[in-house]
Amino acid sequence: MTVGPDSILIKSVKDRYNSSVLDTIVLRDEVTHVIKKGSLLQICTFLKDNLALQFNFLSDITAVDYFPQKPRFEVIYHLYSIAKKHRVRLKVKLDDGETIPSVTAIWSAANWAEREAYDMFGIRFEGHPELRRIYMPEDWDGFPLRKDYPLRGYKDRYNPYGEEKL
Amino acid sequence: MANNEELLTKEITLSMGPQHPSTHGVLHLLLDMKGEKIVSASPDIGYLHRGTEKIAENLLYHQFVPYTDRLDYMAGMSNNLAYVQAVEKLLSIEITERAKYIRVIAAELSRIAGHLLCIGAWALDLGAMTVLLYAFREREMVLDLFEMLCGARMTHNYMRIGGVRYDINPLFKEKCMEFVELLPQRINDYDQLLTENRIWLKRNKGVGVISAEDAINLGLSGPILRGSGVKWDIRKDEPYLVYDRLDFDIPVGENGDCFDRYAVRMEEMRQAARIIKQALLQLPDGRPCVDMPDVVLPQRRDIETNMEALIHHFKLVSHGFKAVKGEAYSSIESPKGELGFYIVSDGSEKPFRVKIRAPSFVNLQAINPMCKAGYLADVIAVVSSLDPVFGEADK
Repeated sequence: MTVGPDSILIKSVKDRYNSSVLDTIVLRDEVTHVIKKGSLLQICTFLKDNLALQFNFLSDITAVDYFPQKPRFEVIYHLYSIAKKHRVRLKVKLDDGETIPSVTAIWSAANWAEREAYDMFGIRFEGHPELRRIYMPEDWDGFPLRKDYPLRGYKDRYNPYGEEKL
Repeated sequence: MANNEELLTKEITLSMGPQHPSTHGVLHLLLDMKGEKIVSASPDIGYLHRGTEKIAENLLYHQFVPYTDRLDYMAGMSNNLAYVQAVEKLLSIEITERAKYIRVIAAELSRIAGHLLCIGAWALDLGAMTVLLYAFREREMVLDLFEMLCGARMTHNYMRIGGVRYDINPLFKEKCMEFVELLPQRINDYDQLLTENRIWLKRNKGVGVISAEDAINLGLSGPILRGSGVKWDIRKDEPYLVYDRLDFDIPVGENGDCFDRYAVRMEEMRQAARIIKQALLQLPDGRPCVDMPDVVLPQRRDIETNMEALIHHFKLVSHGFKAVKGEAYSSIESPKGELGFYIVSDGSEKPFRVKIRAPSFVNLQAINPMCKAGYLADVIAVVSSLDPVFGEADK
């Protein structure tokens, strides 16, 4: 299925939230909306409840670190509709230290996905019921998937091959 | 009691795992219990976290394929497939027809291998040891087929970007056909041992129930979602490879309990055998890889006789290839559910970011809603019915 500019995935969002959509990219038939952080919850609720879209399945939430660019992070939402069989991707740009609203109230699948993004990137999701690390130990120092985190970790008494922390 | 004290039931917290034979790996469950009843169950994962996504950012695109074998190591072929398919989407490579059929055969064999282990281990956990031994007998046959295909039994590294590593030979075809003819009879044997078994029914019927609505909201996928009656299978709904040309059914459950998830998996194995049979019969001639020397490694015999092939080989092994700037998400129906790879490329030879959407990880979120208000013994059945693999859940 090729996605054209008239696709419902693009039009329905742009018609309603034109001022909140910063950019829309279509690559390899995948639609990506880069949206403003303030409208994230509104747009997500709209995507889920709109009868023509019905994005009832949150496939994944993740982040990408573009260090040293500013703003540093992109938080990425992969949505799918089981009824309509289409996908869309939302992106929100975020800087270090900023928080982003949690979508756990809209899809409970977001719970662990947001915990993972917090664990790996240190992104804080506001309104998350229990935002704590999921893979790494509670007392772990640093966020491993950040680009300035060394591949072999930091040197300590358990990790003699790690890098010295500056 | 001496002073006419009342006998009180106190709430206790029980740690189940990470070393426990019924948690299928290193799952640590913190169970808050009131007597034998579960008040809440919270999984604590991460014991097998190896930083696979961080490793991927530091490797060439083709170097990451062997790491995917170690995600869901029960069904390595599916992981290979999901990753190479995502890279091919990013590079816009259309693979050959023959490679598509070979991939379908390999992926469906790995589905059978995965489900056999799931049902065997599940039966063992609930006290039916015979089924495990039978299931391993058949799983061994699948692993032998894999060995014939690529020389490895568990960590195959068989798919490569642009096709598959080796073409299939006539002996494999013959043995594979024998196997898919035999498998449905063997599944009937398990059926006789389990499906009408009173103990099996008591332990699984009405246990770990989750409604379709909750299952979708929790992001569950694969046999668990279908057990709750949602007919969603990526092979049908977003067909990849040649699944749209093959005739197969998607089994769904009704009640969303452990028994339905068991029944769905049993039927999926039968359907997988059907798919393999059709794919073997339809298998077209052609190359197992696309003809793209800058992406696909040349054949071994060409390296020895052809200067250009040698140069391409050297260039590809030492430098890899560049991908266009952009991103792609591609998912397949793995034995556990929706297995997706999201790849962000900055235009260099290494992926800028690889995100694995691991079905086991997402499905584990269902433990608390499924176990709540049930008995401790039911936790075992629920964990088995979720079939988590920690190579994948912990990444």
